Amino acid sequence: MSAASAPTEAPRWVTHALVPLINLSLALIISGLLILALGEDPFEAISILAYGAFGYPEAIGYTLYYTTNFIFTGLAVAIAFHCFLFNIGGEGQAYLGGLGAGVVGLAIGHWPAPITLILGILAAAVFGGAWAFIPAWLQAKRGSHIVITTIMFNFIAAALMTYLMVEVFIEPGQQSAESRDFEAGAIMPFVHDILAQIGIDAGHSYLNLSFVLALICCVLFWFFVWRTRWGYEIRSVGQNVSAAVYGGIMPSRAIIIAMCISGGLAGLVGVNEIMGVHHRLLLEFTAGYGFVGIAVALMGRNHPFGIFLAALLFGALYQGGQELAFDMPNINRDMVVVIQGLVILFSGALEHMFRGRIEALFMRRAKIAPTAAAD
Amino acid sequence: MAASDAGRGASPPSGAMPPALEVIGVEKWFGSVHANSNINIRVAAGTIHGIIGENGAGKSTLMSVVYGYYQADSGEIRVNGETLQIKGPEHAIASGIGMVHQHFMLVDTFTVLENIVLGVEGGRMLAPSLAAARSELERLERDFNLEVDPDAIVGELPVGVQQRVEILKALYRGADILILDEPTGVLTPQEVDHLFRILAALREQGKTIILITHKLREIMALTDEVTVMRSGEVVAQVYTAETTREDLAAMMVGRAVLLRVEKGDAHPGEVLLDVEDLSIKDHAGIARVKNISLQVRAGEILGIAGVAGNGQSELMEALAGILPRQSGHIRIKGEEIAGGTARGARNVRAAGVGHVPEDRQHMGLITSFEACESGILGYHRDEKYNGRVLMNHAAIVADVGRQMEEYDVRPPLPRLRTGAFSGGNQQKIVLGREMNRDPDILLVGQPTRGVDIGAIEFIHRRLVDMRDVGKAVLLVSVELDEIISLSDRIVVMFDGEIVGEVTQGEATEQMLGLMMAGERRTPRGSKK
Repeated sequence: MSAASAPTEAPRWVTHALVPLINLSLALIISGLLILALGEDPFEAISILAYGAFGYPEAIGYTLYYTTNFIFTGLAVAIAFHCFLFNIGGEGQAYLGGLGAGVVGLAIGHWPAPITLILGILAAAVFGGAWAFIPAWLQAKRGSHIVITTIMFNFIAAALMTYLMVEVFIEPGQQSAESRDFEAGAIMPFVHDILAQIGIDAGHSYLNLSFVLALICCVLFWFFVWRTRWGYEIRSVGQNVSAAVYGGIMPSRAIIIAMCISGGLAGLVGVNEIMGVHHRLLLEFTAGYGFVGIAVALMGRNHPFGIFLAALLFGALYQGGQELAFDMPNINRDMVVVIQGLVILFSGALEHMFRGRIEALFMRRAKIAPTAAAD
Repeated sequence: MAASDAGRGASPPSGAMPPALEVIGVEKWFGSVHANSNINIRVAAGTIHGIIGENGAGKSTLMSVVYGYYQADSGEIRVNGETLQIKGPEHAIASGIGMVHQHFMLVDTFTVLENIVLGVEGGRMLAPSLAAARSELERLERDFNLEVDPDAIVGELPVGVQQRVEILKALYRGADILILDEPTGVLTPQEVDHLFRILAALREQGKTIILITHKLREIMALTDEVTVMRSGEVVAQVYTAETTREDLAAMMVGRAVLLRVEKGDAHPGEVLLDVEDLSIKDHAGIARVKNISLQVRAGEILGIAGVAGNGQSELMEALAGILPRQSGHIRIKGEEIAGGTARGARNVRAAGVGHVPEDRQHMGLITSFEACESGILGYHRDEKYNGRVLMNHAAIVADVGRQMEEYDVRPPLPRLRTGAFSGGNQQKIVLGREMNRDPDILLVGQPTRGVDIGAIEFIHRRLVDMRDVGKAVLLVSVELDEIISLSDRIVVMFDGEIVGEVTQGEATEQMLGLMMAGERRTPRGSKK
């Protein structure tokens, strides 16, 4: 996307790097003031947060584990957004994705690991995608608004999972609604185990090979959106429905494809959580990742590289924030949520507060350059 | 016309009135685009002053600066000799400047009177201000022969009358200088005449009028003086009486321009597009096209004239396969084509029909896409653009790049965002895409709307070339000049019906104008 070569637009690095950085800094400055008001030293807080996120191998591991979930949900929101659909249902789709991974894990955990894991990944994507298909179909054929239906489907997913866990998957004789543990074939290897085999001690963390899957998804996402017919059609429908119809593109088809992929990506959270961490089926493992994905996609400007960076930031805030709540007596878990909220506020909701002015600053400078394209 | 004579002296006599509006050295940048460069204009009081220029010449920017939408980067604006800082439209209104926009700023569900007092109610209760406005309005109407019923609902009025409401609005706010931005685009010839009479009456009363247009005919018919703008600069300010259409066109474009389309006789062949008893209803169930029958033959251009909104758009979209039809037949090269929605559009395209839609930004292009992506819309499934899974991006860029070179798109950069191109260049992207596929039938809607004169000449040439190699061209346009000079046959649509058909030789503007207002004449087009 070489849109930056347009003479009326600011350089790419300003739009894609400088503006987000300024927004992020503002969020941190205001967070700092809040921390100051609570009677703690903001600079110390920042350094604890940074150390907690990146300071030692386990911290990095946990940060990247959270990042994995945010990449999946961020990409999920982004692909839907390219079709101008607001998928608020990442949470429910992730939940169902976990169910898919769990069913495979329980059923064929004794099979060889590569086969079980690949089937588990597919099942998670298919379950998540299928959960998104229903709202997509309703939107495409009946005009039911996707925001409303996906929100409702989050609740339905939660109710369905509770029923299934309590009535079907619960391990006999257990009090808590959890299934039995998977056998070895259904366990996504931990990164620290792999590193240990080649002699690197990376401590112990939840980080597992799903992270690699997330990175692969980022690359595939780019190719799909910008280098395939389907991506082209999805973006056409998202940008201008009349033009898409004029071009022979069926909006309903694009909507359904985009939403199924979206649901499939969100469903992969289930792989990270169920096959990667818990190794059994349980309740409430989605922990709000689906919702944070909206902020991740917004901040990452629906581009996989941006989403990767935004996911990393939120991963760091999650992991470092826990460390912060632990280390500073006046800062509790809620304060960490406030900081995350401020980041979302400034980089998502208030995104355009400074963008125009900063970009104008750089466009002015560019006017000395020859204006070949000025017509 | 005493007022215009007063303004006619090359240098105003000492002690004469200062110019109503004077623009001195105005500069305006948008990013790296120099939209207005050292603009100097003097508009004498009590005259009609035309500002003419191609799209993107900076006319609208300049008027937006005068009306306070934008602030000039440098330079001065003087109203009646007084230097003013116009910080916003309310400021401009207070200084006696009124503006009638191209797109009306009216509340459709309000009456004329309510629209006129909107924003200047002048009190907590509405009744007294409405009463005051009514008497003032009656006076204005008497003075200027506006023929507007103050109690009519604005949304139910024809566009020509709505425009008069806009003029009344400006006058009611005490405008002495009235700026009209492309006022005739949506009017029938008769409505244009009425507008011109009103503007002449306003001039008699001492009002100053600035008319922004790209239509040379209007400039010649109405103005006292004319300022020609080209790429952000004033290239000339001349007295209308001392210039000609050809001179003005050459000044606008920077070279001599062919205003008439040169073309030989048509040699119509077989019928390629056959429409029989076609009827179309819109979403609300209102009939937009009523039992239309027409045929387009190979090697001819059929023009459809009509005031915008009389069913031409729906007819075109149905022919392009997009709009579902109520009844009737559309046969392309003898084959009945199933229409309606995206699949229909695909079928029609596959049958060898190119379609340049009326509204390129709404339908013909995706402005946020790169030009190379917009340049394949509708053909993105073609084999040459696709591998097994991935699209062949290099081939797309190269192909659209060639297309852009051939159709003289400036700048010819396929990776540039579509919306960054000017209107005329966007249109050339669409034309390149649709004409380059060598279609047998070409549907063209408003091919030169918002396109500058230089590009109009180019586009007209291409359409005639298409005809000469034996293609069938169906042209819909609200520009009568364009219809008359391009079409071999002309049908006129009014209220969803064909009210008459004439050949190019017999067509006159006056005759078509009457038909566009609904007067029937030799209804050969619609056999019932």
